[in-house]
Amino acid sequence: MQTAGGVSACLPIHSDMDLVWVRQHVRQAAAQLGFGLVEQTKLVTAASELARNTLVHGGGGQMECAPVQGRSPGLRLTFSDEGPGIADLDQALSDGFTSGGGLGLGLGGARRLVHEFAIDSRPGAGTSVMVTVWKSGPPRPREER
Amino acid sequence: MSGAFPAPYGGHVPVLKLGDVLLVTLQGDLHDSTAEQLQQDISQAVADHAVSGVVLDISGVEIVDSFLGRVLAEIAAKAGLLAARTVLAGMRPAVAITLVELGLTLPGLRTALNTEDAMRLLGVEVPRSIPGAAPGSPRPGRTRQESP
Repeated sequence: MQTAGGVSACLPIHSDMDLVWVRQHVRQAAAQLGFGLVEQTKLVTAASELARNTLVHGGGGQMECAPVQGRSPGLRLTFSDEGPGIADLDQALSDGFTSGGGLGLGLGGARRLVHEFAIDSRPGAGTSVMVTVWKSGPPRPREER
Repeated sequence: MSGAFPAPYGGHVPVLKLGDVLLVTLQGDLHDSTAEQLQQDISQAVADHAVSGVVLDISGVEIVDSFLGRVLAEIAAKAGLLAARTVLAGMRPAVAITLVELGLTLPGLRTALNTEDAMRLLGVEVPRSIPGAAPGSPRPGRTRQESP
């Protein structure tokens, strides 16, 4: 079992420079866990959307990155901020809804790019989004002794 | 004939003029501010040089999120208002798959598999083989092979 050194991290999100760090860290972590190129690209894109939400709508926050072990190795990213929160989650998750002048694809689009998506937000109490992606493909043959 | 605009700071994307076309090669991980600066640079260059086309080469771009996707679409829209056609060239397959799942299909944006095809799409004559290169070397692309 390979160790997950370099995968776990907590990165601040306070500028568009930080978005670059988030993307680079998520790509490296996904590569280290053996994710394929398309899986990596989807996950990094989802992370970029969510990190930008944290920055633009939440007024900055952080991303926690941690490996998880299910039936296959996975990666869990948690974006949290202490911003104004989201009053209507269903509306925020629907395509085309935007409050920040974007395309309105951020939350809904990110949800389609990951396997598990959980969001917790209340007005005035900040927002936390947790996404998990499992490495796909047939499990590697491994001799059990 | 061809020239680059000065790069005032790091992270600047050069806009090259090749005859009647602007060639812009995006590479690596762009900052949001760099992408926004690029929009202005391209619009200005299209107007200054009265070019008829813009080729955006994104073969070196590993991810396109909704922000960069919007920037690319806006570059094309602004160039269109300034009488220039825009072709997006060299998108990686993983990026295309991700963009569609994200819900961003960039309608109205012309695409080509590589810069050569993009130039041909804009009516620029691109020689089939590079002088000095081995003739008949396989070239990536999907345009039909013209007889010499």
